[in-house]
Amino acid sequence: MNIVVLVKQVPDTWAERKLSDSDKTLDRESVDAVINELDEYAVEEGLRLKEAHGGEVTVLTMGPARAAETIRKALSMGADKAIHVTDDALHGSDAIQTATALAKALGTVEWDLVIAGSESTDARMSVLPALLSELLGVPQLSRARRVTVEGSTVRIERQTDAGYDVVEGSVPAVLSVVEKINEPRYPSFKGIMQAKSKPVTTLSAADLGLTDVGLGSAYTRVEEFTQRPPREAGQVVKDEGDGGVKIAEYLASNKLV
Amino acid sequence: MLVEHAGGEVKKVSLELLTAARVLGEPAAVVLGAPGVAAPLKDKLAEYGATTVYVGESDDVDGYVAAPKAEVLAALVGGVAPAAVLVAATAESREVAARVAVRTGSGLVTDAVGLAADGTATQNVFGGATVVRSRVTRGIPVIALRPNSVDATPSPVAAEERVVDVSISDAARGAKIVERVAEQKSSRPELTEASVVVSGGRGLGGGENFAVVERLADTLGAAVGASRAATDAGWYPHTSQVGQTGVTVSPQLYIAVGISGAIQHRAGMQTSKTIVAINKDPEAPIFEIADFGVVGDLFTVVPQLTEELARRKG
Repeated sequence: MNIVVLVKQVPDTWAERKLSDSDKTLDRESVDAVINELDEYAVEEGLRLKEAHGGEVTVLTMGPARAAETIRKALSMGADKAIHVTDDALHGSDAIQTATALAKALGTVEWDLVIAGSESTDARMSVLPALLSELLGVPQLSRARRVTVEGSTVRIERQTDAGYDVVEGSVPAVLSVVEKINEPRYPSFKGIMQAKSKPVTTLSAADLGLTDVGLGSAYTRVEEFTQRPPREAGQVVKDEGDGGVKIAEYLASNKLV
Repeated sequence: MLVEHAGGEVKKVSLELLTAARVLGEPAAVVLGAPGVAAPLKDKLAEYGATTVYVGESDDVDGYVAAPKAEVLAALVGGVAPAAVLVAATAESREVAARVAVRTGSGLVTDAVGLAADGTATQNVFGGATVVRSRVTRGIPVIALRPNSVDATPSPVAAEERVVDVSISDAARGAKIVERVAEQKSSRPELTEASVVVSGGRGLGGGENFAVVERLADTLGAAVGASRAATDAGWYPHTSQVGQTGVTVSPQLYIAVGISGAIQHRAGMQTSKTIVAINKDPEAPIFEIADFGVVGDLFTVVPQLTEELARRKG
C-alpha cells in the first residue's frame, strides 16, 4: 500500500505570530517554524500502515525553501522519500490554490492513500482533506481516530461531537487524522542520519503546470487586520473559605447567572 | 444557509446564521438529511427570517460523509445564485463548504465571527490575537460562521418550502457511514455551541474527579471541556479537548478548573467573553487572562460555587 503523507511547516504557536504589513499574508519568516503537530500523527499512521501492509511512504509538502526542515523531520521518523513543492510564485496561496497544487503533485507519484493532519495550527481551517477529496474524486475519510485496512477497504472511526461514526471507503482515498489516533514515534539517531540521503524531489509551479498561482489569483483576500490588545488580568482573590461564594457573586453581579 | 439540526430541532447556530444572513439579503434555509427531517424545522426557520426553505431529503444525503450534501448544495447554488453561502463552522459543515467552494469555483472563508453588508467577513486568528477582515474575490462567497459569534434575533416571515433534487453521483458516495456511535451524555449542550463551558485540567488529579466539574456544569446548563493534559491522561474524551489541537470555543462564560493555562489551551478559549479560573497555583498563566480568579483548592471552591449557584436558583 503506497502512502503519501502531507506535512506542513507552521509558525510555532509559542511564538508571536502575525501578518505582514507589506502584503497581509502570514509572516512565516520572522518566527520559529515547526512541523504542524497533527502532521506528526499523520506520518506515524502512514508508517504503521506501511509496517502492516508494505509499500512506500512519501512525504509531500508545499512551502518555502525552509519547509525542507519539516520534510527532514518526517523522513527521519521513517518515511522513504519526499516531494517539496516550492516556488516564490506560490506565496500567498489560499486553501483552494494549495489543494490544487497538492493535487497536481499527487499526480506525479503512485498512491493508494493520502494521509493528512485534520487541521493546521496556523490557519486552522480544517478543510484541506475535504478540498483534496473533491478535487481528486476519491473518498473523504476525515477526522479518523482509528484506521483499519482490509484489502482495498479502509475503515475509520471518524470523530464526531457525540462520539464517532464508523466510515468505510475504497482506496484510493484521502484520510485525515485527529490526535487520538496514535502516539508519534521519536526519530531514532539512525533515522536522523538516514534521512539526509533519502531522495527529495523539488517541484515548481511550472513543473506542475499551475497557472493562476499566488496572492494575485487567490480566491480570498485580507482587506485589513488589527492586533487585538492582549487580554488583561482581572481580579484574582485568594480563597479564604469563601472562594466559591465570591465567584457566584461575581457571576451574578455580571448577569452571567 | 445550511441548517444545522438534530433530533427534530434547529440548532442555535442556525438561528445565528439566519440573523447574520439577513445583513446580506433575504435568507433561504437549506435542510439536508434523512427523509422527514425538515418538517419539524420549518416554523422555527421562518421565525428567524428564512423566506424559502429548501428541502433535500434522502438516505443517500444522510448516509455518506459530506460529499452528497455538497453536491446538492452546490447544484442549488448554481441554480439560485445567492449573494453568499453560509454554513456553521462545525466539523462536517466546513467540509461541505470546502467542497461547495470547489464545485462552484468560489472562495472560502472559515471561522467568521461577523458578516458585513459589503460581503466581508471578520475573523479572529492566532488564538484571538489578531482580528482580520476578509473578502472572497472569486465566485459566490462561501462562509463558515463560528457558533456564539452573532446574537440570534427573530424576524418572522412566511416561508415557502421547495423540494430539491437529491440524485447523488457515485463519486459522492465514497465515504459510507456504516454506524453512528454516541459516547457521551447528550443532554449537555455541544461544546462549540454552548454559552457556558466548564473545563477541567490537570489539577483534578484523576478522571473520577471530573464529577466536580460536571456537577458545576449541570447547575449552569453548561458543556464540559477538558485540557489536553486531562484528555491525554484518559480522564475525559478527546472530543471534549479545548485547545490548539482540540476544539476552539468562544462562549459567554468559560470556567477553567485546575487548568494552568498553557498557550496550547489558551489558543482554544481566550476569546471567551468572560473567563473565570480556579487554580491552587497563584502563578498559573490562566490568571493572566481571567476576568475573575480564585487561588485555592478546587475541591473546596468548586463544590461551594455549585452549591451557592443552586441555592440562588432555588
